[in-house]
Amino acid sequence: MKLRIRHTKLGKIRFTSHRDTARHWERAVRKAQIPLAYSAGFTPRPRMSFGLALPTGAESLAEYLDIELAEHADVQLDELPALFSAELPVGYEVTDVVLREAGSPSLQEDVVACDWELTLEGVTHPELATAIEVALAAATMPVERERKGQRSTDDVRPAILHLSAAPPADDPRPRLCATLATTGRGLRPVELLAAMFPTLDPVDTAARVLRTQQWIERDGVRREIIPADPVAARTPVECA
Amino acid sequence: MTSLWARVEPLLARVQKPARYIGCEDGAITPRHAPGKVSWLLAYPDTYEIGLPNQGLQILYEILNERDDAVAERTYAPWNDLETLMRQRGVPLFSVDTHRAAGDFDLLAFGLAAELVYTNVINMIDLAGVPVRSAHRDESHPLVALGGHCAFNPEPLADFVDLVVLGEGEEVIGEITEVVRDWKASGRTPGSREGLLRELSKVPGVYVPSMYEVEYDGPALRAVTPKYADVPAVVHKRTVADLGQWPYPKSPLAPLTEVVHDRLAVEVFRGCTRGCRFCQAGMITRPVRERPAEQVRTMIQSGLRRTGYDEVSLTSLSTADFSGIEQVTTSINPAGCGTSDTISISLPSLRVDAFTVGLAGQVSTGRRSGLTFAPEAGSWRLRQVINKLITEEDLYGALESAFSQGWYRAKLYFLTGLPTETDLDTTGIIDLARNCVQLGRKHTNRASVTVSLGGFVPKPHTPFQWFGQNTTEELRRKVQLVRDAGQRAKGVTVKWHDPSATLAEGIAARGDRRIGNVMERVWRAGGIFQEWSEFFRLGRWEEAMAAEGLSIDWYVHRHRDEHEVLPWDHLSAGLHKDFLWLDWQESLAEHGLPDCRWTPCYDCGVCTGYGIEHVVASATAPAGGSQGTGQDLSRGGEVPVTLLPRRAEVVAP
Repeated sequence: MKLRIRHTKLGKIRFTSHRDTARHWERAVRKAQIPLAYSAGFTPRPRMSFGLALPTGAESLAEYLDIELAEHADVQLDELPALFSAELPVGYEVTDVVLREAGSPSLQEDVVACDWELTLEGVTHPELATAIEVALAAATMPVERERKGQRSTDDVRPAILHLSAAPPADDPRPRLCATLATTGRGLRPVELLAAMFPTLDPVDTAARVLRTQQWIERDGVRREIIPADPVAARTPVECA
Repeated sequence: MTSLWARVEPLLARVQKPARYIGCEDGAITPRHAPGKVSWLLAYPDTYEIGLPNQGLQILYEILNERDDAVAERTYAPWNDLETLMRQRGVPLFSVDTHRAAGDFDLLAFGLAAELVYTNVINMIDLAGVPVRSAHRDESHPLVALGGHCAFNPEPLADFVDLVVLGEGEEVIGEITEVVRDWKASGRTPGSREGLLRELSKVPGVYVPSMYEVEYDGPALRAVTPKYADVPAVVHKRTVADLGQWPYPKSPLAPLTEVVHDRLAVEVFRGCTRGCRFCQAGMITRPVRERPAEQVRTMIQSGLRRTGYDEVSLTSLSTADFSGIEQVTTSINPAGCGTSDTISISLPSLRVDAFTVGLAGQVSTGRRSGLTFAPEAGSWRLRQVINKLITEEDLYGALESAFSQGWYRAKLYFLTGLPTETDLDTTGIIDLARNCVQLGRKHTNRASVTVSLGGFVPKPHTPFQWFGQNTTEELRRKVQLVRDAGQRAKGVTVKWHDPSATLAEGIAARGDRRIGNVMERVWRAGGIFQEWSEFFRLGRWEEAMAAEGLSIDWYVHRHRDEHEVLPWDHLSAGLHKDFLWLDWQESLAEHGLPDCRWTPCYDCGVCTGYGIEHVVASATAPAGGSQGTGQDLSRGGEVPVTLLPRRAEVVAP
């Protein structure tokens, strides 16, 4: 049985890496006593594959993974979210477990864009509004990066699919909502901030980085990987 | 006490591996602080990845948190990127459980597994906002405690700590808690710290360095004597008589990020009487106390179920010696552990013989790449000197068995700079390795052997405590001999440990209190994480020794004589000093000493002195190897018949 799972990653555990998340899942599924299918060969690995890496330090309302259960696994799909959530570290909440569509591409291949909500420190609401206007009006947005000792400049403007300021909330700090492409030259949220606020330190500016959605495309229409529960407004959780 | 999390959190976006600092592990306990409780901050003076798996810390963490009058949290040495930010922004050392300031705890207790972390201890005390010298602390500061193997010569850190625990902590940690609890209840009044320390010095196993006067006679140590009549002249180690009474950790910590031993660990026995003369662990943890096999099984099952691990490591100083080893390895049922997946068992500290490899073959699942053995010396003569009684046949049998069962890489650990070592012994290392590769090539073309070479550091409470450590130049020369010979040997790779780090370890290992100033100088010059090559610079140590007017040659390279007062003579692991001296003489005479688990007692002093005994389920030595018994046990399980000769007369070094 092939399953697709959606979960949150909020609070202190955001400081764990993508690889760590894989580790957490492997142990949680074993603790939940759900038998997994294994790869063949000398070093059998459980059949689990993860979606786009979430940067260490970023939180998310929409992380995905695919797992394959052993043939003899006898499970009730609707019981799995609670079962997995109980075995995962505090900060993970499994929101959906569905059967994976037969023949669907892997998450890594399928996702075309992500929504981000960035809570900003040291930026005023008007400054944010101006920066959004400037960025959207720009024809190009060159970003320099160093890779394997080679400096290169890419135009990341095509990766910006949407920018807007979030409506005011309890937190008085401005929040930037962005939809960023993940195909081609993808754009990381901290890179976006560096480009929008070149005089500020992007790490200090990004007080909170939250992935809110991941998108796939079917027949030219963008849609959610697993359509989300409309009342899934979730708040960060801190452990201990 | 409040959480520093709000101040720590923004720093974590700027450091490597921030998951080191968040806690939240499976098995972590939610600490319940209360005014009447004694709060312990258990500290490991190295990175989280190295410290988290430490079993001693996990055991004490759990035992303390089970008590009504105590609460325990954990901390590890922050990497220098975070430390820099913490110092810039005035954030003190914090616990990973609830991010409380270290200075708010009643005790800051360090577990010491290696000497090169000493400067990290000083650094962490300072980072806690606590005066680094115990003499400068008052009632408002935590008590700084030390435990672990290095506590058997804590003199280089004596001026920085308030109390030291010798031996196993399971019982004594409760006794310390009670003394501190009563002191807190009495109001923790100004001037009461001295009285508290004096009370603590009466707890068996607790050494309070400030209660002792140290006298010197020129460079030599004359005596270390208690300042008061009620302070013990000799502090004896604590030993848990029955490991079966202490099935800890019951809820093992499973970290959220990668650590060095990322698997469940179950301790199958404590102590080792193989009697390897270079091995401090084997000397100070006697006698052997096995855990009942049934309890090992239960701990494996519940541990795997709680953590979700699929791998368990059966830990001890020589796991193949565990009487119940086959009973345990053949009976682990994945279903019983709450999983239908396969479970792999790892056996660290493999004994060198075919039986052991067979065992490893039974328990390994998946890819067989490398196996590690520790013959320690390149010739039978030198292995008798160090009492690591592995014959060449044992080693070849082990390797033959490994290569024929699908392993294709072997790692062999050796020491160089051992007493009486000649260049023939040194190059003999490569002869052994080359022969092993040749054996392997009969089975696979990929067969290769890695020789890992470490410089020998004589340790306190061992028969080699009187031996003058080789100089850095001599160790370099020997390493070069091995490297040259290794280059000519096909399939052999040589790795070696930096001889200058070996020198620094030597300064710390047998240092006296005067080395404390050296430690402080090395620390002030920026020498933290000294076991990490990117931080280590021998120059800092040499400069510090020179500035203190202390001779490296005198502390490290000089042979001691029988009657010299050693800096740790007032601390006892139960071993008679004359037993150690006799064993040293036997060593120089190239005589081995059998394992007293299965042969008559030679009275090293531990069992007789402390009224404890070996707890070993099998009265006979395990099958398949001669190591440590000097007997041919290849037919398996037979009653020992021959013993190695022991000469009574003492031979001069």
